[in-house]
Amino acid sequence: MPLCMTREKIGSPEALNSLAGRLKERAGGRKMVSVCLGTGCRAEGSGEVYEAIREAVGELGLEDEVIVMGSGCHGLCALGPLVILTPDDIFYPKVSPEDATEIIEKSVIGSQPVDRLLYKTGGKTCRCQSEVPFYGRQERIVLGLNGIVDPHMIEDYIREGGYQSLAEVLYKYPPEDVVSEISASGLRGRGGGGFPTGRKWESCRAVETEDGKFVICNADEGDPGAFMDRSIMEANPHTVIEGMVIGAYAVGAEEGYIYIRKEYPLALNTLQCALEQARDYGLLGHDILGSGRDFEINVARGGGAFVCGESTALTASIEGRVGEPGAKHIHTTESGLWGRPTVLNNVETWANVPEIIKRGSRWFASIGSEGSKGTKVFSLVGAIKNTGLIEVPMGITLREIIEDIGGGMAGNHGFKAVQTGGPSGGCIPADHLDMKVDFDSLIEVGSMMGSGGMIVMDESSCMVDVARYFLDFLRTESCGKCTPCRDGTEQMFMILDRICRGKAGEDELGKLEEIAELVRETSLCKLGSSAPNPVLSTLRFFRDEYEAHIRDKKCPAGVCSALIEFSIDQEKCVCCGRCANECPVDCIAGTAGKPPAKASEEDHQEGKVGEPFLIDVQECVKCGSCFDVCPTDAVEKK
Amino acid sequence: MTVAETENAIKHTDGVIESYGAKRCDLIHILQDVQEEYDYLPRPALERVSEKLNVSLPEVLRVATFYAAFSLEPRGEHLITVCTGTACHVKGAPRLIDALQRDLGLEEGQETTDDMKFTLREVRCVGCCSLAPVLTVDGRIHGNLAPEDISDILEDCF
Repeated sequence: MPLCMTREKIGSPEALNSLAGRLKERAGGRKMVSVCLGTGCRAEGSGEVYEAIREAVGELGLEDEVIVMGSGCHGLCALGPLVILTPDDIFYPKVSPEDATEIIEKSVIGSQPVDRLLYKTGGKTCRCQSEVPFYGRQERIVLGLNGIVDPHMIEDYIREGGYQSLAEVLYKYPPEDVVSEISASGLRGRGGGGFPTGRKWESCRAVETEDGKFVICNADEGDPGAFMDRSIMEANPHTVIEGMVIGAYAVGAEEGYIYIRKEYPLALNTLQCALEQARDYGLLGHDILGSGRDFEINVARGGGAFVCGESTALTASIEGRVGEPGAKHIHTTESGLWGRPTVLNNVETWANVPEIIKRGSRWFASIGSEGSKGTKVFSLVGAIKNTGLIEVPMGITLREIIEDIGGGMAGNHGFKAVQTGGPSGGCIPADHLDMKVDFDSLIEVGSMMGSGGMIVMDESSCMVDVARYFLDFLRTESCGKCTPCRDGTEQMFMILDRICRGKAGEDELGKLEEIAELVRETSLCKLGSSAPNPVLSTLRFFRDEYEAHIRDKKCPAGVCSALIEFSIDQEKCVCCGRCANECPVDCIAGTAGKPPAKASEEDHQEGKVGEPFLIDVQECVKCGSCFDVCPTDAVEKK
Repeated sequence: MTVAETENAIKHTDGVIESYGAKRCDLIHILQDVQEEYDYLPRPALERVSEKLNVSLPEVLRVATFYAAFSLEPRGEHLITVCTGTACHVKGAPRLIDALQRDLGLEEGQETTDDMKFTLREVRCVGCCSLAPVLTVDGRIHGNLAPEDISDILEDCF
């Protein structure tokens, strides 16, 4: 949307209201094409789709009637690039640039869906997003405006009621009432620990100081397999900024930081652009909305260290030092960044704040389960059909998430486990699929909520390998300050590595459990004390797999390369030779041609008969390429 | 580095330090900007940062080796990063790494090819878990890969 107005400071809630009204009026009646430009869809070519649609609109001379918007993540990454048309409410998955003209002519001008482009599942054709089962079970509070607002246009956010909550607290609520509202809502930190946000704010607010306080947004999403926070920042950065300004007012801070991962360049740019626009309108900086209150947000780029998710390590990193955690007997809320009282919440926690203020703590507390209120955003990935970004009410069951939203397992393998909580979490097996997903239930089964990564694994995943993978991650990311974590993670990794290579003795499981217990009890920070979780949870639910590795020297899932061997079933081999072509070390020999069993006398005379292929196991590097390409499943993995 | 290159690196580093007002708390940001320019942290630049910010060289090196974003070795012409996030791991990232090491002729622990053409790195998560397994070549994301796709991807770089 071309910007026809210059951004001037908004001096009062009334001025904000009137701007929102004007923006609504201007958008009224115009058709909008929203193309997802989230990182996932971009990788699938949505940038080209966006350009093609803009071109088509230009060629038809519709620039004034049709808004083409590049939006943040719509959620269903598995079917990208995604396009949504409003107000006709049409949803198109897997759009290619060639579809642009047809979409504009038939669906935007004609308001009719293009049938071949619609999403079809289970014999049903879905015209709009809400008919797609993936979205049906979701409750989108934090992600509510994804796809509706252009993250680079603050006007879109204001048009949809953005910054109204800020105006309300600045003019109507004393700071302590803001804190009680957040406390009453039951909001708990979305970054992993689940600490009650209101209580954290209250202890910071209560500190009297002349030196100033800080609020920090932790956007250093370090869990592998998680991209919730990145998507929020890329899709709707203002909800995070508004949340932070409200929090700053509540606790009495005049300066804040957003600590963001360097690996997220798109989120960083979007955020910086949003901060700039908020300053232009006087929603950030000096004399916010004419209230006399000041608050500034700085951006600190993280250096890439998982331990910086720990509050004391994060503040050390902002101060330009190595991210080593400190002892926790003094709370960050009393002495945090540069020794001053500091409130640190993650992206999703801040993003919930404006909506809680707008709709009230009672409404928020009505969603969710006993001890966990509201919704949670998850990145639902792995071996399921509908991978993507989801937001669900707390208390939903794992089965509902995996089967109803995720569409069940992809491929031929059955469900084995779901991993939550990142490297600090655990693997949950099939017999717990009906458990509720909330902070406390997840801890009961030896996992945790974490920041919201949810990785579904099928029978082709080896649980010992998964534990080894997380310990490899943790031993590298351990900052090295305290011995139990530095050496304990290393020792646990070494045992797991030996198990995966079939070199572990029978007594090593006991040793592993002993070290795990010690690391859990004696580590300085949460990275260390939760590091044994991947080991303990897999041992608890998949002990037989460990035993198979140790006693039988077998990897039941066929993952651990030292314990598997590839061979070709001579009866099934059709002598196509694809395995030999793909083999990177040329260790497969045979002759391409007609399979001997099917060859005629004539074929023999003409020399067209092949010879079944064989793998030289001494030379084989077990890359599995032959297994992947064989058209008749003749290649066996044992 | 040649004498001229060293002089240039120092000059560039001075500019970066200046742009942050030579504050100690911006050490990480300064190193990030230097890394951005050279794709690694040249020794003369680190020495200059130490001198100008009045932070001991061991402390600068400690920060430079603590964070994954920094490298002390120059990298090759093309940078390939394989995502080793959980989703990518269970969907076969280790097999992609094996195939790349084999095709590029990299020894265990070696990051950059002898001809300085390719650098292979692992990254914790690029956040495209839906496309797992994923790798990036010079920032461009390739998803849903199998080891068989590696040779085509490398060929595109020539």
